[in-house]
Amino acid sequence: MITSTQARPRAYPATAPLPSLLTTGLSRGRLEVTTFFREREAVVFIFALPAVLLLLLGSIFNSEHVSVPGVTTGQLYAAGMIAGGIMATSFQYLGISVASERDQGMLKRLYGTPLPPAAYFIGKIIQVFVCLIAEVALLMIVGVAFYHLHLPATPGKWWTLVWVCLLGGTACALLGLAASSLARSSRSASPVITLPFLVLEFISGIFVPFNSVPRGLQDVAAVFPLKWMAQGLRSVFLPPQAAALEPAHSFETGRVALVLAVWIAAGLVLCIRTFRWQQRR
Amino acid sequence: MSNDIAVRVDGLRKRYGNTCAVDGVELEIGRGEVFALLGPNGAGKTTTVEILEGFRRRDGGGAEVLGEDPGRAGRAWRSRIGIVLQLATAGPELTVREMVRHFAGYYPRPRDPDEVIALVGLDEQAGQRVGALSGGQARRVDVALGIVGRPELLFLDEPTTGFDPQARRQFWELVRALAAEGVTILLTTHYLEEAEALAGRLAVLAGGRVVATGTPAALGGAGRPTRVSWDTADGRRTVRTPTPTQLVADLARQAGGEVPGLTVTRPTLEDTYLELIGDPA
Repeated sequence: MITSTQARPRAYPATAPLPSLLTTGLSRGRLEVTTFFREREAVVFIFALPAVLLLLLGSIFNSEHVSVPGVTTGQLYAAGMIAGGIMATSFQYLGISVASERDQGMLKRLYGTPLPPAAYFIGKIIQVFVCLIAEVALLMIVGVAFYHLHLPATPGKWWTLVWVCLLGGTACALLGLAASSLARSSRSASPVITLPFLVLEFISGIFVPFNSVPRGLQDVAAVFPLKWMAQGLRSVFLPPQAAALEPAHSFETGRVALVLAVWIAAGLVLCIRTFRWQQRR
Repeated sequence: MSNDIAVRVDGLRKRYGNTCAVDGVELEIGRGEVFALLGPNGAGKTTTVEILEGFRRRDGGGAEVLGEDPGRAGRAWRSRIGIVLQLATAGPELTVREMVRHFAGYYPRPRDPDEVIALVGLDEQAGQRVGALSGGQARRVDVALGIVGRPELLFLDEPTTGFDPQARRQFWELVRALAAEGVTILLTTHYLEEAEALAGRLAVLAGGRVVATGTPAALGGAGRPTRVSWDTADGRRTVRTPTPTQLVADLARQAGGEVPGLTVTRPTLEDTYLELIGDPA
């Protein structure tokens, strides 16, 4: 072996250690975040759009009256749009970007390298949560600046904000990964992912205050995570009397956590069953 | 396990439904060889190569790549091979240098990224985003990502499809440079000219089987009948003969001078190839 190594310097045994999962995972994360903020589509349609919509919807409907004193329509929109922003940076972006990575052979290429598969997912987790935190911060700034949004007043409310972001972001990210397999090509990914997301935003109290959504559609929305994320965030950003606007006359934070946890479990199963490194042709 | 064999394939079989895509392929590729796999679309080239790359499971037969079963080999094995896929887009938002450096981080003993960029001739484009490169330049990025891990065996799947003649020749120089370093190369291609220019040996696949193996020269001219054509009063005549010199001398004597429209054609690799794959032309 030694003599053949000398004769052909390239044919050495692979003795150097493989890079660790942590190193490769962090490296993937850095790459994913850089890519996100360099992509014009991602920055405009995923990152900036919720803030633009909040400014538009907030200005158009701000004069409308809410039946509960001390609560403004602008506050309802701000809390709801933060939930929409969480789902955009997790479900929508991941669904579209992974579908296009798969269609364009990037996933297959990665699979052909010694990159540990888990490092790819660590990278996605880092990207989702970096973008999600930036998104929530942006929407909170817009809400506070223009729509009398109050920052969470107690540590308990901050804690609720953290776990809604964490559980909601995780559930939506897993669903986005699973939904990416539905797209047959990178061009179809955007409509395939965005259409159901938009419908959910309409019926889950993001574009229209939830108490204005017809009862039947409220029930449909209650199956999916977005409605519960918005509800949890209203408990964080709105005064306690706003609970009267909820269908159950309560923010039901315990149930919010439960539904999101169930979706995380379901999303994980869906991902494990559907995730593919290659496009079927 | 022999150290001199890079790839050994024995009775390899793969079925898709009722179609037998690979039907008993036999191959042996020595270390340091540049080996070309030729064949029409649907001959089983890509399936064979994808089994060897570890992307697909085989249904039967033996396969050994760098001493391991590609269906079971792990990260350490992957770090010893390099794969340049037919279709793959590197992250368009990242620069050439960022991309090559990132991929270098997957391997235990990578080459210097800047050296790799220079080797594929992209020094001037190192700071450009991959999405802004021409098709040929983007293909060089693919090669750079395939070789940055210092592979002992490099798979090149139709690497120059869509290249203009000049880009193809530059690419050939790159392949020759890698071969000169001792890298074993398994090349699939549609272009006979490419196989002839690069490969020390080649195999022709048709209907999922190897129908011929040998050096390009052996598969081309040597030992096969030469075609002699000339014009007669009744039209053009063509004769295939193992003794063309004798025939031409006879013709010259009969004509008493110049033979009208005389051509003497040695069979090219292309003629042999078309004959082997059963093309009526």
